[in-house]
Amino acid sequence: LCRECKRLTILNSELFTLTYGALVTQLCKDYENDEEVNKQLDKMGYNIGVRLIEDFLARSSVGRCQDFRETADVIAKVAFKMYLGITPSVTNWSPAGDEFSLILESNPLVDFVELPDNHSTLVYSNLLCGVLRGALEMVQMAVDVKFAQDSLRGDNVTEIRMKFIKRIEENLPAGDE
Amino acid sequence: MSVYIMADEALFQFLHNEVIQYIYKSSEHGEMENGRCITKLENMGFRVGQGLIERFTKDTARFKDELDVMKFICKDFWTSVFKKQIDNLRTNHQGIYVLQDNKFRLLTQLSAGKQYLEHAPKYLAFTCGLVRGGLSNLGVKSIVTAEVSVMPACKFQVMIQKM
Repeated sequence: LCRECKRLTILNSELFTLTYGALVTQLCKDYENDEEVNKQLDKMGYNIGVRLIEDFLARSSVGRCQDFRETADVIAKVAFKMYLGITPSVTNWSPAGDEFSLILESNPLVDFVELPDNHSTLVYSNLLCGVLRGALEMVQMAVDVKFAQDSLRGDNVTEIRMKFIKRIEENLPAGDE
Repeated sequence: MSVYIMADEALFQFLHNEVIQYIYKSSEHGEMENGRCITKLENMGFRVGQGLIERFTKDTARFKDELDVMKFICKDFWTSVFKKQIDNLRTNHQGIYVLQDNKFRLLTQLSAGKQYLEHAPKYLAFTCGLVRGGLSNLGVKSIVTAEVSVMPACKFQVMIQKM
């Protein structure tokens, strides 16, 4: 990558990261406690996810996934790479094959971020959970997504746990939350 | 490589839109409230603009004058953030600059023409702050406003404040 292109790339992901940081700061001002902020981030993520999926499908021309394992691979190797420039690893499959973990060695959302002491229960990157949930709902999958480990809260890695709940019927309308 | 960069931008646009929805959702309608929301968005943009410049210009040589700074904003800064340069820069050489973007990225999704014109300021506030914050970290104090008549073209007006 030539130096100019590299700088463009860095700047653009910083734009998202910095804007996200400003949003979290604003939410912490607006809400009484971390739990409320977490919920709001999840909601906003959901609203983004239900639209992002179309953008993703248009860009990636990925076909319909045959099973949850394929979905996991597409999320980790295509979607995360495309939007956040990282490729988490897919591990810790449940025996039934309905639950897995995404392990993020580094989380681009948290560059230069430190949680202040009075926000120990804030799930800073919770937007991601909502995005994944909203996006998958649009392709007829109801999933539960949450952070199992968080590097911002002292864990070595960041781990997102995804669980398949059920298939959604095609004609159920989805709206904003 | 280019696909990766474009998708990055899409993610920011989705976030930007959602931030606007959030700021406005809990407010009531009315002049006062709208002003408060615009200010909130502008302030967020300001902090982000400061942060961007902090990291971006580490290697760049010093600017020789105010016009040089404005050209940087129009070319390098705008290209990095919006993937294109400002189309036209005008100044009265007395501290007022008008930056014209004929196809502003954050408006192209909203409409082409005059539909939703009353909503356009919401989609410009953050960027006004972005410019003000960027300039601030370059040592230039300013007031930045935006004006739009036919989307997606818009004009950003920068008024340099003597410190």
